[in-house]
Amino acid sequence: MKKMCVVLEDREVQDNPFQPDMWRIVRRYPLTSDVNFYQARPVDVDEALKMNYMPGQFIMLSIPGEGEAPFCISSTPSRPGLLEFCIRRMGTLTSSLFDLKENQTVGIRGPYGNWFPLDKMEGKDIMIVAGGMGVAPLRSLLLYILDNRDKFGRVTYLHGAKNPGEMLFRDEFFQLKEREDLNCLLTVDKDDTGKWTERTGLITTLFKELGPIDSKNTYAAVCGPPIMYKFVMEHLVKLGIPKHQILMTLERRMKCGVGKCGHCAVEYLYTCIDGPVFSWWDVLHMKELIGRGASDKTIA
Amino acid sequence: MMILKMKKEDLPAFLESAKEWGELWGPTTKDGKTSYAKVDSLSQMDLKATRTVIPPKKFLYPPRFTMFDFDEEGFVERTGDVPKRILFGLHPCDVHGILIMDKLFLETYKDPYYAERREKTLLLGHSCIPDDKCMCFATNTDFVAEGFDLFFTDLKMFYLVWVGSSKGHDLVRMRADLFSRNLDKNDILNYTEYRKWKTAQFKAKIDLTGMPDIFELGYNSPIWDELGEKCLSCGQCSMVCPTCNCYNVVDEVDLGTAEGTRDRFWDSCMFREYSVVAGGHNFRDKRADRLRLWYTHKLQAFIGEFGKPACVGCGRCVATCPVDINVATVSTALKEQEVGK
Repeated sequence: MKKMCVVLEDREVQDNPFQPDMWRIVRRYPLTSDVNFYQARPVDVDEALKMNYMPGQFIMLSIPGEGEAPFCISSTPSRPGLLEFCIRRMGTLTSSLFDLKENQTVGIRGPYGNWFPLDKMEGKDIMIVAGGMGVAPLRSLLLYILDNRDKFGRVTYLHGAKNPGEMLFRDEFFQLKEREDLNCLLTVDKDDTGKWTERTGLITTLFKELGPIDSKNTYAAVCGPPIMYKFVMEHLVKLGIPKHQILMTLERRMKCGVGKCGHCAVEYLYTCIDGPVFSWWDVLHMKELIGRGASDKTIA
Repeated sequence: MMILKMKKEDLPAFLESAKEWGELWGPTTKDGKTSYAKVDSLSQMDLKATRTVIPPKKFLYPPRFTMFDFDEEGFVERTGDVPKRILFGLHPCDVHGILIMDKLFLETYKDPYYAERREKTLLLGHSCIPDDKCMCFATNTDFVAEGFDLFFTDLKMFYLVWVGSSKGHDLVRMRADLFSRNLDKNDILNYTEYRKWKTAQFKAKIDLTGMPDIFELGYNSPIWDELGEKCLSCGQCSMVCPTCNCYNVVDEVDLGTAEGTRDRFWDSCMFREYSVVAGGHNFRDKRADRLRLWYTHKLQAFIGEFGKPACVGCGRCVATCPVDINVATVSTALKEQEVGK
């Protein structure tokens, strides 16, 4: 019998998509009583400019020993070097992250997911509608557009919060309001301070102030609590914005970010690789994208 | 594809030589339950058993394993400690299940843990004897043409051996004296006869044609609530399904240190917390919602994505579910709008 050696050891070297890189928190400050804002850069500073991402994408963030979860990116790639994200104190991991101090390190991998179709949005009017925490991913898009202002038409930013104290990036938006090339409308459901100088009422009340819009030439980007979508979508569809030009970014439980763990599955899509940015048409014909129950029989 | 012929009595000698490449694993039966076990020789295997309790996915994607070791400095990948294994006795449905796993784990982003085990595991298929739970005729997985390294079809006196990969060919070359390329008219007649015989063995009544439309039509059907009432959310269906790939990840910390491991383990969309996001919102709070996700994913969504169902008809859900919820009963209930007793 002739002996032979079967060699299999020369498998191709490839990156492990689950491998977190270590990043350092360089700045942290509270946005509200339960939401913190973070800036991070790679521990290895030479890597800082190699992080390429697009508005709408997310990262997997981990603390060794506590776990890993997806977080949207709040910074814009037009200002490279630092990653910014917002974290609300919610579960075990978010509480640990919430307690992170400057100079501590975290694991980050990504970016993952699709992004807002900026190539198609260029030259168009843009309407951004953010409710509550929904500003976290939309801030990336807004800042990107403002940093490339000449490439876009009219830009409208609608932002709603429960009350003045809950408004994320409040100071930043009050500054942006002064810009002449941005129509920035802010509202709170209820003013409990007596000092609020902007609108009061649900975010949908802002639509009355918009005046005529060039709907076919408009892209809308929406993010907010599930309850907000139904009413905001009604307005946007009524305004005549095509359903595939109304975009939203969605949240799901994720354990991998790369289409393997299954948790974010919706029909044949994975929110992590086919999303998190979907159009209103996707949501209408892909049941369960925004958590419609079996009893929902709406057609519009 | 290269098809060779081997005398049946030569199989033990062939497997003996194959062991030089790696550990030999095959189906063994103990107390009526069949599972893959490490064996010394063919005599310890039960090649007549129709199905193992857990499909061979567990070798490529173990129920629990460590992805990373970590400390304060960061994460270090844990690979390279996988033994070389030869799995003998996989049935066509098992190989089809692995082909689906290949799509999920090796395409788009390649999963290095699955890829390493896939490369270090040789798949040696063997023809099977269908029982009353087998449904592979309905999923078009009763025969298999790819995915294996070698496939042995039992034609009583002889094996016809399909050589599916270069690695499989290397195994053959280790004992080239046992194989022949001289196939004649009788081999073709015997093989045709075998296919006829196999096709006649199926007793289950199931028809999965039109399932995507049936699922779409039945999305709001009260059938789901009825099935949800019965379902125990035990997740056994996911553990035994050859195409269930979902997993969870947890960090395990060594007490009193900052060191530990990031572990990955099988999960099931039947579990309540499967779709819970931070803050407690559950996208699939009801058992009916979770049950519908499982079956929609296998029998509707996967067809839209890959052109075939993510069911290989192995019958493990039929054999396992304690309350008789399985591919056969669910598809029938949805079509006939009545949950069987």
